[in-house]
Amino acid sequence: MKPFAYVKPVDIGAAVAAGAAPGAKFLGGGTNLVDLMREGIEQPDTVVDVTGLPLSAVDDLPNGGLRIGALVRNSDLAADRRVRARYPVLSQALLSGASGQLRNMATVGGNLLQRTRCPYFYDEASACNKRDPGSGCDALDGFNRSCAILGVSDDCIAAHPSDMCVALTALDAVVEVTGTGGTRRIPLTELHRLPGQTPHIETDLAPGDLITAVELPTATGNSAYRKVRDRASYAFALVSVAAGLQIENGAVTDIRLALGGVAPKPWRARQAEQLLAGGPADEAAFRRAAQAELASAAVRPGNAFKVALATNTIVATLRELSNEGTRR
Amino acid sequence: MSIQTETTTDTAPYVGRPVERLDGPAKVSGQARFAAENHYPDMAYAALVHATIARGRIAAIDTAAACAVPDVIAVLTHENAPAMIPAPKLSLLDLSTVASATSVNYLATDEVHWNGQPVAVVVAETWETARHAASLVDLSYEELPAVVDFAAEAPNAVPERSMPLMPSKADKGKAAQALADAPFSVDLQFSTPPHNHNAIEPHATTAVWDGDQLTLHEPAQNIPWLRKHLAKRFGIPEEAVRIISPFVGGAFGGKSRAWPGVLIAAMAARATGRPVRLALTRAGVYHTVGGRTPSTQRVALGADAQGKLTALIHTSVSRTGRVGGMAEPITAASRHLYAVPNIHLSQRSVELDLLSNTFMRAPGEAIGTFALESAVDELAWRMGMDPIALRMLNEPDRDPAGGQRFTHRMLREAYTRGAENFGWHQRDPRAGARRDGPWLVGMGVATAYHPSMRMPASVTLRLHADGTVVMRCGMHEMGMGSATVQAQIVADEMGVPLASVHVEYGDSDLPPSAGAIGSVQTASVAAGVIAASTMLKRSLLTLARRAPGSPLRGRKLEDLQARDSGLHHPDGGQTYAEILSAAGRDHLEAAFKPSMLGFVARMAIDSRRWVTGASGAQFCEVRVNADTGEIRVSRWLGVFDVGTVINPRTAASQLRGGIIMGIGAALSEQTLIDGRTGRIMNPSLSEYHVPVHADIPHIDVDWLNEPDPTTPLGMHGIGEVGITGVAAAVANAIRHATGKRVVDLPITLDKLL
Repeated sequence: MKPFAYVKPVDIGAAVAAGAAPGAKFLGGGTNLVDLMREGIEQPDTVVDVTGLPLSAVDDLPNGGLRIGALVRNSDLAADRRVRARYPVLSQALLSGASGQLRNMATVGGNLLQRTRCPYFYDEASACNKRDPGSGCDALDGFNRSCAILGVSDDCIAAHPSDMCVALTALDAVVEVTGTGGTRRIPLTELHRLPGQTPHIETDLAPGDLITAVELPTATGNSAYRKVRDRASYAFALVSVAAGLQIENGAVTDIRLALGGVAPKPWRARQAEQLLAGGPADEAAFRRAAQAELASAAVRPGNAFKVALATNTIVATLRELSNEGTRR
Repeated sequence: MSIQTETTTDTAPYVGRPVERLDGPAKVSGQARFAAENHYPDMAYAALVHATIARGRIAAIDTAAACAVPDVIAVLTHENAPAMIPAPKLSLLDLSTVASATSVNYLATDEVHWNGQPVAVVVAETWETARHAASLVDLSYEELPAVVDFAAEAPNAVPERSMPLMPSKADKGKAAQALADAPFSVDLQFSTPPHNHNAIEPHATTAVWDGDQLTLHEPAQNIPWLRKHLAKRFGIPEEAVRIISPFVGGAFGGKSRAWPGVLIAAMAARATGRPVRLALTRAGVYHTVGGRTPSTQRVALGADAQGKLTALIHTSVSRTGRVGGMAEPITAASRHLYAVPNIHLSQRSVELDLLSNTFMRAPGEAIGTFALESAVDELAWRMGMDPIALRMLNEPDRDPAGGQRFTHRMLREAYTRGAENFGWHQRDPRAGARRDGPWLVGMGVATAYHPSMRMPASVTLRLHADGTVVMRCGMHEMGMGSATVQAQIVADEMGVPLASVHVEYGDSDLPPSAGAIGSVQTASVAAGVIAASTMLKRSLLTLARRAPGSPLRGRKLEDLQARDSGLHHPDGGQTYAEILSAAGRDHLEAAFKPSMLGFVARMAIDSRRWVTGASGAQFCEVRVNADTGEIRVSRWLGVFDVGTVINPRTAASQLRGGIIMGIGAALSEQTLIDGRTGRIMNPSLSEYHVPVHADIPHIDVDWLNEPDPTTPLGMHGIGEVGITGVAAAVANAIRHATGKRVVDLPITLDKLL
């Protein structure tokens, strides 16, 4: 690990100022950044530890929504009674991620900025446009089982690894960011960028931009998170589905669908949603919608199975939600 | 390491009792000191620099930036490192040559032979400094074409040399013709991936020189081999090397040879004149310690209309490294399991520009039984037969390949008991017939088999006047309970309370043990304990008979019983304390040292007379998600024939561990080696998927507990048999659940979509 300076500011202004300096990185739980520093992938000159900031509260919003401080630990958020009752998809997504020890450390803000687990990104001897712009992409013709099939480019097929983000995307979460120019609000669907020709630029955040909170609008009904992976626990998603579904008289009145493990960012499945909205809530409709969403998939030999897997997982998750709805 | 045994006053035999692990308290309280936890004043820390090409030469190596880091003591490369003596070549006259893990003379050559080979070492005042400086060493290479893609190279494989102690080949009758003539047959191609070692303790060495005396704290599975190897490499007498290895944090075969870490640590310590600790990172273990070969295998079976097998063909292709490696007995179990008149077994291999393959729990058998036992199951499907009935029908009376008799064979009993206890008879024979919500449920079985072997082990027993017995043997405690079970045996043989037995182990200053390899250690050391006990008791009797008035005068040892800390005859006896006291001795010692030559001769004779092995029946229930293909093992039962079980507690743990490792091989484990670069792309526990707790159901293990008449106390080694057959049982259960036969490991969910 390269030697670095360490500062721990006690107010947001100081944190933003420190974070805006060249070579500075914010440190939350450290569950991703410290790993990357050990591997030499991240080499910050200054680590700005933000865990001393007052950003650890979960508060009810007047509109019935929820405001989640950026430093709330994943374990605490998953266990929060309001989250469990009103946003089960979020609680389930959090609990499906990492391990108990990691969730005890990982923060909401850090999780939003988690970096890919593409093996070539993690290996300094390999070509990776995300780690080393212009060096190429060894994943294209290498091990790409974990890689993305939607929203990819010829320069990068790395998948976004977060579970929490997929649930937040389905929930229409809004991210509050404080930067050198003040505070602004960014819909989560617009926080992350697709790789295009600049896969090393992953978000719209500028140096010094500090995520301070995530806001959730009022919950709209039944929701669930389904994660499919290569072992029962402690593995990243091959495919995950975050879904919210409301049905009245057999017709879909509200549908939210997001996918993980298949795209460079948490993927809101707008096409599938549009096809489902107002239509019948049956298996055939679920499958048609899933297939439409996956129609634009660009697969490699190692990840071609994700089209069928994502389709089936979407169908299974919606089927389960619709069954639950019927039972009520 | 010396451990005082627990207190008990019970005098029933200790063998067979679930005695608690003697080293348990030290481990859970953190007092057990592992190799990387030994501290010396003035100790320095080392970190390796690894090559990032598969084959070529170092064109330039720039260490200026690394040397400039404050607190860096030395950066050793092929330009300035003191050269070691080259590794000895494998010779059957000196089995310690097996310790030569590779032929590379580290830091004495500019040649690169595998991607990950150590090409420099940084020694610094702290571990963090060493690691950072190592990242600053700048290398450029002249690359040469490398052959690293096993699948692409497999068609060019050449026949393998036979392994003298582990025969794998066989040719009996006309297998190809019999297969062609058989009314029922299967002919399947299988593949298994490479695996890497992931013991909980990454390899670590603490090396200290005192003049030409080398002391190493090193997790070792074979202290005598490693000691001799190091003496040769550093040009010092064997007696000048001390290896201290009281605790090994798991090994599974990965700590049985001299991998680069221990050699470079010793070299760095000598070059810098400082005690040096070199603790590998997890990735460092992947890059410098070999693993299990990948394989492609063909199994073809022919049967008559009743299900009697008429033909068995099992062939394999595996790989070694160009700089080292070994044949693994992949087709070996196929010699022993089925009564077939026509058998062809053969192995081929390729040499690749990769690190040597090496021992990994049941090398050969673990993956060979996957192919064989999957094919037997598939034949049962073809014939519409119950797979247990098919196996029962073809159970041999003598060894099918060699014709020898079995010392012990209870597979029928294992299957019968397992079927009963697992509820096999409730199984609907149709595929895909049982469903629980989205889950398809299936059951499968497979046979486990591992040969039983022994190696020479020296044991010294010293009886003290206070009745305590000290057992000294440089055996290896890797977590399986070695000290505990040998203490039980000593207590029984000498007729003393377990609490009176002290066991010293894990040190080259002690009498040399057999290695903890090939499931040989427990039985090998037990043979030494029995021999040393007999010697000691004979000496005691001799002493006693000299004493006037001794009730043992005129007695023969064969007429006496060792119990209550003494030698007893129905007409009277004496305690050891009385015997020693009467003779004016404060202790008496017996040292058993087997002759290697005699041992080998005996082994050769025995192998012509009979075949002996541990075996078992593995029962698996899986659930396969009909939507996603996710696979969950939901129940397991292994019924084993492992002879006498010395300690049910530690034995169950060993067998369960084997089964868990087998489930990993079945469902998730594989080393991803990039076919373009030879680079391991998943060198971490996050991306190399060993099973986690959530993957493993409760595992029932059971054994028949029938002693083998030819082994010490009737026991078989149990370290490896547990993993064999496991992958096949899983694959067979998946076949039952889904109707799909998966022939390529690991069985990941995409193969079932």
